[in-house]
Amino acid sequence: MSVRQLTFREAIREALREEMRRDERVFLIGISMQFNIVNHVVDGLFDEFGADRCISTPIVEAGFTGAAIGAALTGMRPVVEAGNGCFLLRAYDEVTNEAAQYRYICGGSFKLPMVIRVANFAGIEAGGGAHHSRSTESRFIGSPGLKVVIPSTPGDAKGLLKTAIREDTPVLFFEHKMLYNIKGDVPEDPEYLLPIGPAALRREGKDVTIAAWALMGCRAIEAADALAKEGIQAEVIDLRTLIPYDRQTLLASVKKAGRAVIVEEGTRTGGVGAELAAFLAEEAFGFLKSPIRRVATPDTVLPASRYGAKLFVPQVADILSAVRSVLGE
Amino acid sequence: MEIPIAKIQMIYRKMVLTRTFDMKLNELAAAGEPLVHHSGLGQEATPVAACAVLRPDDYVMPYHRGWAWAIGKGMEPKFILSELMGKKTGYMGGRGGAQMADWNLRILGRSGIQGAHIPITAGVGLSIKMQKGDQVVLCFFGDGPPNIGEWHEGMNLSAIWRAPAVFICESNDYAEGTPRMQTMLNERIAERAAAYRMPGVTIDGNDIHAVYEAVGEAVDRARRGGGPTLIEAVTYRWLGHFPRDVEHYGGYRSREEVDGWKAKCPIKRAGQKLMETGILAPAEIEDIEREAQATVDDAVAFAKESPYPTREELLSGVFAD
Repeated sequence: MSVRQLTFREAIREALREEMRRDERVFLIGISMQFNIVNHVVDGLFDEFGADRCISTPIVEAGFTGAAIGAALTGMRPVVEAGNGCFLLRAYDEVTNEAAQYRYICGGSFKLPMVIRVANFAGIEAGGGAHHSRSTESRFIGSPGLKVVIPSTPGDAKGLLKTAIREDTPVLFFEHKMLYNIKGDVPEDPEYLLPIGPAALRREGKDVTIAAWALMGCRAIEAADALAKEGIQAEVIDLRTLIPYDRQTLLASVKKAGRAVIVEEGTRTGGVGAELAAFLAEEAFGFLKSPIRRVATPDTVLPASRYGAKLFVPQVADILSAVRSVLGE
Repeated sequence: MEIPIAKIQMIYRKMVLTRTFDMKLNELAAAGEPLVHHSGLGQEATPVAACAVLRPDDYVMPYHRGWAWAIGKGMEPKFILSELMGKKTGYMGGRGGAQMADWNLRILGRSGIQGAHIPITAGVGLSIKMQKGDQVVLCFFGDGPPNIGEWHEGMNLSAIWRAPAVFICESNDYAEGTPRMQTMLNERIAERAAAYRMPGVTIDGNDIHAVYEAVGEAVDRARRGGGPTLIEAVTYRWLGHFPRDVEHYGGYRSREEVDGWKAKCPIKRAGQKLMETGILAPAEIEDIEREAQATVDDAVAFAKESPYPTREELLSGVFAD
C-alpha cells in the first residue's frame, strides 16, 4: 500500500477515523467534538460518526476523564481529548490515581482500554503562557500503569495512536501543537501499527548521542545536520514513547559515543531528562567521556509572550552549544 | 413496591452477616491486625436492601464505608478478609486491599479517593447506553462527596446523558469528624438533585422497606431510559470513621446522639417486623445469627491460613498482558 504526505493533524485524524470504522466501541469524548475549534484535529469525524460517538462534554477534565474510565471498564474504548497539558492537570487524580492503577488494584482482571490525547507544549508559537504552554509529560512518567506516547512525525503519530487505541492499558498520547501542520510520509495501510516502546534512530553517528522527543526531536535533527557540516557525527534518538522508554537503544548509543545530550521542552528539575540521565549514569558510567548534559527550559514560569517563551524553550543553538560542551570544545 | 418474602429473608440474613463480619473486623483491628476497615455498624439496611433490587449483571460502584454493599451484591467474607489481610486468596490477589472489586459480581473498584467514582459512574451509565444494554449502576457515597467538585461534574454528566445510574448517599451526618451542617447550607442533600433536573428523595435509610421501594423505583426508571436519581438515605454510623477515631463518642458527636441512634437499630427493626408478620420465627432468627457467626469464624480461619502472594505475583497486573 502506498505512502503519501499528510500533516501531523491529518495523520491523527486518519488514525482515529480508521479505528472508529474498525471497532464501534471506539468513541471520542471531550470538549467541542463537533466544532473542534481549538486544534481542528477531529474535524469531519462528527459528520461521519455522529453525536453518539463524538461526545461533547462540559469543560470538566476530571469529569470526562473519569467518565472515560467508567466506559472503558465496562466494554467501550474511549479516546479522550483533554485539551492542553495544563488542562490535563485538572484530571491528574483520575489519570494517575484511577486510570493508571485501576487494573492493578482490581487484581488485574479488569481491562482499561482508553487513550487520552493531549495537545501539549507550544510556548513559542502560541504564546499561551503559564496556563497553556507547559510541557507536562514529566508529571506522568512516575505513574506505573500508564503508557506515555509522544511522537514527532506524522507517520509515527498514526502508527502509535492506532496501537494505543488497541491497547487494554490506558495510554497518554501527547501531541505537539507546533507539529500539527508539519508534513511527512504516512502509510495508507489501515493496519499500520507501530509498537509502543522502541525509539527511532533519526541520525546515526559515533561522536555524541542526542536524545529527544516531540518538537525537540525535530530540533535535534536540525542540530545534527548542522554538526555534520562541521564533521561531527551526532546520533539522534527520538524516543517516541516515554513509558516504557527504549533503554536498549539509548544505552547502545551512549556506550558507542561516550557522550550524551538530552533535550526536553519541559522544565529542568524533575524532568524526563533527569530520569534518562540517571539511567545512563547508572548503566553507562564507565563509557562516558564527559558529563551528560541536559538541555531544558530553565526552572522558571514560562512568560506569556512569544518573545519571552523563545528565550527559555530550547532552540537549535542551545543544543549545539550543549554538544560542543560535551565534546570539550 | 413490596419486598418479596424470599428477598426479605435474604436481606435480613445479609444484614446479620454484615454486622457479624463488621464486629469481627473491629475485633481484629483492635488486636493489632493491620487491615483497613471503615465500620458500617448501624448502616447495614441501605446497601443490602438496595442491592436486593439488582440483577446479577447490574453494576455496583462502591465506597469506603462498611461491607454491606459487598455482601449485598454477593461477596463472601472469607475472600474479603483475605484481601484485607493481603492474602493471595483475596478478591484481587492481595493487591487492592480495602479497595474491593470483582468483575464477576460486577462490583467495580472501590476508589480510595472520595468523589472520584462519581464521574466514573457517569461513564458506566454512558457505556451501558452506548451498548444498548438495560443494566443499571448503583453508586454509593457518604456525606463528604456532595461537596466535592467531581461529584457535581459526575452528577451533571449523568443527567445530560440520562445515565441509568442511581446515586445513593448514605447520609450519616458526618464527614470524618465534621458535622454535615458545617459544610453545606442545604437541609437535605437530596435538594441538590434539583440542580441537575433529576429526581431526588430523602428516605429513612434504616428501613429496608423504604430503601427497597425508593431504589426499586429509581432502578425501574433508569432501566426504562428515564435517567438517574439521587437517593439520600438517612442513617447513622455507630462507631468512628475508622478504628483510630477515638472522638466519635462524646467528641464530635454527643453520647446521647449516638445512643439514640443505636436504639434505632435497622436489624432489630427488620427482625421485629419479620417476627410480627410471622415470616421468621424467633428460633429462625437465632439460626441466622449462628450461621453468620460460623461463616465469619470460617472466614477468619480461611484468611489466616491463606498464603501471601509472591513478589512476582504482586508485580503482575500493572499493565494489560
